[in-house]
Amino acid sequence: MNSTLLLNILRFISLLALQIVVFNNMTFLGFIMPLPYILFIILYPVNSNRSALIISSFALGIIMDLFSNSGGIHTTACLILAYYRPYLFKFAFGVSYEYQTIKLNESLTPERFSFIFLAVVLHHLTLFILEAFQVSFILDILIRSLLSTVFTIISCIIIIYLIKSNKR
Amino acid sequence: MQQIFNFIFKNSTRILFLLLLSISFLLTIQSHSYHKSRIISSANFFTGGVYEEINNITEYLNLKTENEALALENARLKSILFNTKDTTTIKKPENLKGVGPNDIIVSKVIHNTYNSHENFLTLNSGANDGIKADMGVINSLGIVGIIDRTSPRYATVVSILNTKSQINAKIKKSNHFGSLTWNGKNTGFVQLVDVPRLASVRKGDTIVTGGQSVIFPENINIGTIHKYYYEENTNYYVIDVKLFNDMTNLGHVYIIKSRDKEEVTNLEKGNKKDE
Repeated sequence: MNSTLLLNILRFISLLALQIVVFNNMTFLGFIMPLPYILFIILYPVNSNRSALIISSFALGIIMDLFSNSGGIHTTACLILAYYRPYLFKFAFGVSYEYQTIKLNESLTPERFSFIFLAVVLHHLTLFILEAFQVSFILDILIRSLLSTVFTIISCIIIIYLIKSNKR
Repeated sequence: MQQIFNFIFKNSTRILFLLLLSISFLLTIQSHSYHKSRIISSANFFTGGVYEEINNITEYLNLKTENEALALENARLKSILFNTKDTTTIKKPENLKGVGPNDIIVSKVIHNTYNSHENFLTLNSGANDGIKADMGVINSLGIVGIIDRTSPRYATVVSILNTKSQINAKIKKSNHFGSLTWNGKNTGFVQLVDVPRLASVRKGDTIVTGGQSVIFPENINIGTIHKYYYEENTNYYVIDVKLFNDMTNLGHVYIIKSRDKEEVTNLEKGNKKDE
């Protein structure tokens, strides 16, 4: 129990640091930016305390907002992802997901991929809608979220595989 | 009473979620409504310090382009100096009206964003160096933005690549003015709107800051006209302005304290009282 807490704190700090130092400076075509820091919410243990997840994703989002001068958009997107995560689990792994031992950071099955995909899409859509905050930008929002989703998923999968190889 | 407690315990996660969500929504809406009301910004000790450390490392990658820009500016200044008849007298900077020699603060951009609709820069000097909100920020090529918030050691700048920013600008040749905005699409171009149809607009003409703004002195370069068209339902031009500055690659910047500003705002306040 204690080791999972420690692991999560470590993950929180290292993913934030990675996002701010490396991925925030990585922009493709001027507007696409991968956001793999949400991996913290995706990889959070399935049956752990939900309130703790919601509070920690609030903290995660507000630190991101501090660094990117963006008001509260990362906070809102992270909170929504953290709250609706069980529903995404249910959708991807079936109703009885709570009784399975799901470890996302093992080999990539279609269920795991669909879960990561849904989570990233949910987060990015809320993020870019709140960022533009105007109906006239709707096409722009869709293009941005679609392209950023692709890059975020790629970076997430790379990070998952890197963590896995370290453990062995 | 028992039932109320039961309800709260049962739905504690949902209540917590809704509480935090309303806080974050409030922050989001506040940041969109007007840029002054922004509560959290990167002009603070923690984020400013982190960005300064990162910049200390990445700065070396841009030394070459930074040197080239400085050499170009040096050459331009020398050409001005050598073309005056008496090279020993120092030329008065007449085109920067209201700006004295001590009114320019040199600072460095330690963080720059250009990928969202509302972009901000972070500078490594703040209130301790005399920076206040609403000062203009320029560099050797043209305007960069307006100071938003300051902390003792850092300051944030509303970039001209921000859909909320509006700066008074004019066509250098004809003095027809309009306001400079950004449509959120291309980082190399900004839009000059509300230019009357009478104005003679030609591709390649220079756009400079106008005299109506008290933030920027008059005649600071912005860019050249790239494309122009009429807006459908008004009789005004919309002009696409190609920026002289590469907003994705900024190093040192100058912050202008305008002395006229206080005088003008006091005068306008007085006028309003009289009415």
